[in-house]
Amino acid sequence: MSSTTSAPVITTDKLTKRFGQFIAANELTFQVAKGEIFGFLGANGAGKTTAMRMLCGLLKPSSGKATIAGYDVYTQTEKIKRSIGYMSQKFSLYDDLTVAENIRFYAGIYGMSRPAIKEKTAQLLKELQLEKEAKTLVSELPLGWKQKLSFSVSIVHDPDIVFLDEPTGGVDPVTRRQFWDLIYHASDRGVTVFVTTHYMDEAEYCNRVSIMVDGVVAALDSPTRLKQQFGRDNMEDVFYELARKATRKAD
Amino acid sequence: MKQLLTFIRKEFLHVFRDRKTLLMLFGLPIAQIVLFGFALSNEVKNSRIAVTDYSKDPVTTQLIDKISSSSYFNIQRNLNSAQQIDAAFKKGDIRMAVIFPANFSTDLTHTGKATIQVIADASDPNLATTITNYITRIVGDFNTQSELSTGQPLQILPEVQMLYNPELKGAPNFVPGVMALVLMLVCTMMTSVAIVKEKELGTMEILLVSPFKPIYIIISKLTPNLLISVVNLFVILVLSALFLDLHVKGSTLLLIFCSILFILTSLSIGLLLSINAKTQQSAMMASLMGMMLPTMLLTGFLFPIENMPWPMQVLANLVPSRWYFIIVKRVMLKGMGFGAVWKETLILAGMCLALFAISLRRFKIRLQ
Repeated sequence: MSSTTSAPVITTDKLTKRFGQFIAANELTFQVAKGEIFGFLGANGAGKTTAMRMLCGLLKPSSGKATIAGYDVYTQTEKIKRSIGYMSQKFSLYDDLTVAENIRFYAGIYGMSRPAIKEKTAQLLKELQLEKEAKTLVSELPLGWKQKLSFSVSIVHDPDIVFLDEPTGGVDPVTRRQFWDLIYHASDRGVTVFVTTHYMDEAEYCNRVSIMVDGVVAALDSPTRLKQQFGRDNMEDVFYELARKATRKAD
Repeated sequence: MKQLLTFIRKEFLHVFRDRKTLLMLFGLPIAQIVLFGFALSNEVKNSRIAVTDYSKDPVTTQLIDKISSSSYFNIQRNLNSAQQIDAAFKKGDIRMAVIFPANFSTDLTHTGKATIQVIADASDPNLATTITNYITRIVGDFNTQSELSTGQPLQILPEVQMLYNPELKGAPNFVPGVMALVLMLVCTMMTSVAIVKEKELGTMEILLVSPFKPIYIIISKLTPNLLISVVNLFVILVLSALFLDLHVKGSTLLLIFCSILFILTSLSIGLLLSINAKTQQSAMMASLMGMMLPTMLLTGFLFPIENMPWPMQVLANLVPSRWYFIIVKRVMLKGMGFGAVWKETLILAGMCLALFAISLRRFKIRLQ
């Protein structure tokens, strides 16, 4: 799978965020194409979260430009919010609600109509093979299922882009592999996936990877070409090569 | 609007799924009423009192017999001086002293009027009021009976003196205090915990990334708590009417209006706490320590505010429950109308608005 030729869904141009004297994200410039799986790597404190928050419309940039799904991050945050999905490291499901109630809730706050929610719920449960568990409390689900459900819920409203913030933190390799199957599936349907991770095997699954060091994008290319460029066998070494140059402390 | 309803529905699910908390929420007012109403009953039996008779005549003997025959008192007759009585009070050996002065019988025979001294330990104002009332009633009965049997008008007047807490502030009833306490606790704690829970779970981020408006999040969080609190209010009022024979003397509508104002104020405090708290536990602790203690101490329900040193009095003015307590006492116990409580209502409304505005602002700032 490679980047399609259609117009990019995420573009940033010298996007910068300063907190006082501290420059958390410095002149980020990149583009992400529709349907692409874009890995966003960086050590803790490198500025990943700040960048992601700007792209989600949660944080106003200090300078630079960025559009998400064609909407401006300064002026059209409400429209951006409708076009994106978000999943964090914490599963973002309500333990005391059932599987179906969670799906219904998240679909509901995106303003989906009742029949649409019903249809989507049925479809999701079928895809995840959770039909029998529709009325089970999420707290009773195994971790892997929770995670898959969480991902499905984050794209329940068919967003153009889904932001995944370390979605596989603390999960075993088998479940992680299954989780990535879901990501590929979504990407095939044209959903752009913007994912941060600390797992380098996951970085290999991405179409393109950017590595942030001290607030700037230090490298950006496909995993294969990055390995060639740095003359390394795996992404782990590439990442280490770049990240150890960091002068900033992790937060 | 539909989004809002979805959210509110979810909040109710949270509340109803959490059986333990639900039980606590509705159990709290019932437990408080039962505790204060029955366990700490106003009816006093076998209260230790001292009777000192300096007069020693047939009338005093008769009256003392009458007092001792009632089941309310347990008489100790061995205290024969003011010092002894004083010491007994200080040690807490006696709750009340009834003293017949030496000139009691001369006064009675010459003028038909005599006084007895009743001194009560008012450090427990409820008890002091109750037992002095008993004595007054017994003496009153005695007067009437004597008049009927002898045809002579007899006036023995008990001169009541309250020791330690002469004004008996905070005494008349505990229900306004319980109302303030329960509403404050439930609203503040539940709200702060409900919002911090979303932060802890990580769901707050999702909500902030979604097009769902922050003000809707606040409204949804507040709605179930508001409803629960209104139900609690009615439970307290009904329980008081049924079991404590305490009815709302003034306008129930006014009482409900002011209560909702107080509930909204408490909800806003909960909101404010939740913005700073990072974990549910710290939110809970902040509500308990930050809200329950000031409510208990500075409302005037356990301890009279007038007796406090002035810095405490100033502090008490900042506690919303203080004003609510005054409103409830006036409307519920004394039957006064809006004219008597408009000032307190205004203060409460001002606090409510200010707190809500601040928490709303802070809530939005956090999103940036």
